[in-house]
Amino acid sequence: MKSLKQILNTINTYVKKFFAIMKKPLSMVIFVVSIFIILLILIESNAFSRYFTTLIILILVMIVMSTSLNIATGFLGQLHLGHAAFMGIGAYTASLIALALEDSITNPLLLFILSTIVAMIVAGIASLLVGTPALRLRGDYLGIMTLGFGEIVKTMITNLKDITNGAQGLYGIPRIMDFPIAYWTTVLVVLVIYLFMNSRHGRAIISIKEDEIASESVGINITKYKLLGFVLASMFAAVGGAMFAFRIGFLAPVNFNFLKSVEIFVIVILGGMGSLSGSIVASIVLVSLPEILRSLEDYRFLLYSTLLIVMMLFRPQGLLGHKE
Amino acid sequence: MELFINQLINALNIGSIYALVAIGYSMVYGIIKLINFAHGEIMMFGAYFAFIFAFSLPFQLPFLVIVLLSMVSAGIIGILIERIAYRKLRNAPRISALITAIGVSLFLQNLARLIFGTTPYVMKPIISTEPFQVGVFSISRLTVLTVVLSIIAMILLSLFVRNTKQGKAMRAVSEDREAASLMGIHINKVISITFLIGSALGALGGVFYAMAFTQIQSTLGIMPGLKAFIAAVFGGIGNITGAMIGGYVIGIIETMTKAYISSKWVDAIVFGMLILILLFRPAGLFGKNEKEKV
Repeated sequence: MKSLKQILNTINTYVKKFFAIMKKPLSMVIFVVSIFIILLILIESNAFSRYFTTLIILILVMIVMSTSLNIATGFLGQLHLGHAAFMGIGAYTASLIALALEDSITNPLLLFILSTIVAMIVAGIASLLVGTPALRLRGDYLGIMTLGFGEIVKTMITNLKDITNGAQGLYGIPRIMDFPIAYWTTVLVVLVIYLFMNSRHGRAIISIKEDEIASESVGINITKYKLLGFVLASMFAAVGGAMFAFRIGFLAPVNFNFLKSVEIFVIVILGGMGSLSGSIVASIVLVSLPEILRSLEDYRFLLYSTLLIVMMLFRPQGLLGHKE
Repeated sequence: MELFINQLINALNIGSIYALVAIGYSMVYGIIKLINFAHGEIMMFGAYFAFIFAFSLPFQLPFLVIVLLSMVSAGIIGILIERIAYRKLRNAPRISALITAIGVSLFLQNLARLIFGTTPYVMKPIISTEPFQVGVFSISRLTVLTVVLSIIAMILLSLFVRNTKQGKAMRAVSEDREAASLMGIHINKVISITFLIGSALGALGGVFYAMAFTQIQSTLGIMPGLKAFIAAVFGGIGNITGAMIGGYVIGIIETMTKAYISSKWVDAIVFGMLILILLFRPAGLFGKNEKEKV
């Protein structure tokens, strides 16, 4: 027991030291670039199989999804149970745009950027439509409303057969997502979220989570900032969706159901609400874990749910806590 | 006209089920201000219990005994959930409790999948399938039983809450927990009783649901649970009468949409309804609009 505590303490000091070093922008840049170079060499030299590369990109997608949900759930403190729906909106919009423009634009990067921007706009408009009424409500209602919205989106994708090809799924999407594009998109998204959360607007959002009434009384426009956080989260979710679509090349409504939302939600909670580094670590662990332990597949959600309950009861601040 | 009346009977049937489940949501919300996401799973367990008591015992139990046993078993699960997962978080931030509730819901769902497997159980009819003949209409015995038993259960509940000492204690706790505690009311006991009754009624809904749709699987509780929740919100969450009326309203809307508009879009329309309700009357039809105080 004592040795376990010692190990934990050692890990703790190293994590603290790591974050202290990473506070300097230069060391952060070196860290991010070196990770990129290492992974790129491993992929280009075929040390990693195609399957493994896809797994890495799926982890990157999950990092985008969890850090963006962290804006709404972690920083803003709202129960958001429909994140996968916005991912779905983004994925389908981006794919349909890409399918339409595929012949006229041959540069994959340009195609990705164009279709993703449209996807972000569509997801942003959708989140404005849901968020405007929903965010006037207290937390628990918002959860149900986003959940309901998720179901509506799923029903729409399934039933609008002419556009989305219904339950059979949309296929033939150009697979333009390679590792460098995915990596730098993820870095960009996380960076924007980080900078935003440390700006004046970001601090206003955090203050809403801490105490809504107090922040209202110091002149923060609660509805505006709640909406801002919610819309931003949804727009980045669309980026994640686009990345997913362009890697897998096939979309079906089941990819974006309630369980997917829950999966993203679990990752945010495990990493710690309001901790971007926590979300990143939790994404890496929870996406690769079921791949490594294939036999766990049946128990995956049993494990997730137990983790959720245990976390809330014993360590509500998340695994990494507030070390950032 | 004949179609309409038949549909209305269907609506009463499914509406009774929604009402029973919605009461559980409303009671729990009223007393600890928590949306018990796991309530749909209680309903599912109620259905499984009914299956076990009806078909796995060496002797045949009477229908009412089966129902009562399933209700009590599900009620005990409800008490355990509160005891293990929710009690410690009673004074924690709201979002922690909600996350735990989602966790419990997922946990129970996957537990059921693990125990009972993924193949659905087929619920053979436990009561006679011979329909009642009323004029030109034939009404299935199950429908009549569902509606009548549900209404009896709701009347009993209303009497309990209004007239007994425990019922009064329940109302006092939902009004102001601390003040009630100062008056010598045993809070934990009252909350346990609330979970027992709410879960038992939810299980009753689950048994009827399983009998109406003849299949039981681990995902049985999700959709009706969500719709019952919408019903509870519609009637004003925390309000028992509101939940009953809300259940029937959602039942009617759903059945009529299925019959006259489109069966594919039912779920979208019902959830769209929820959004509309929250938009125009966030406190529900019978709820009071409360402003949060500092």
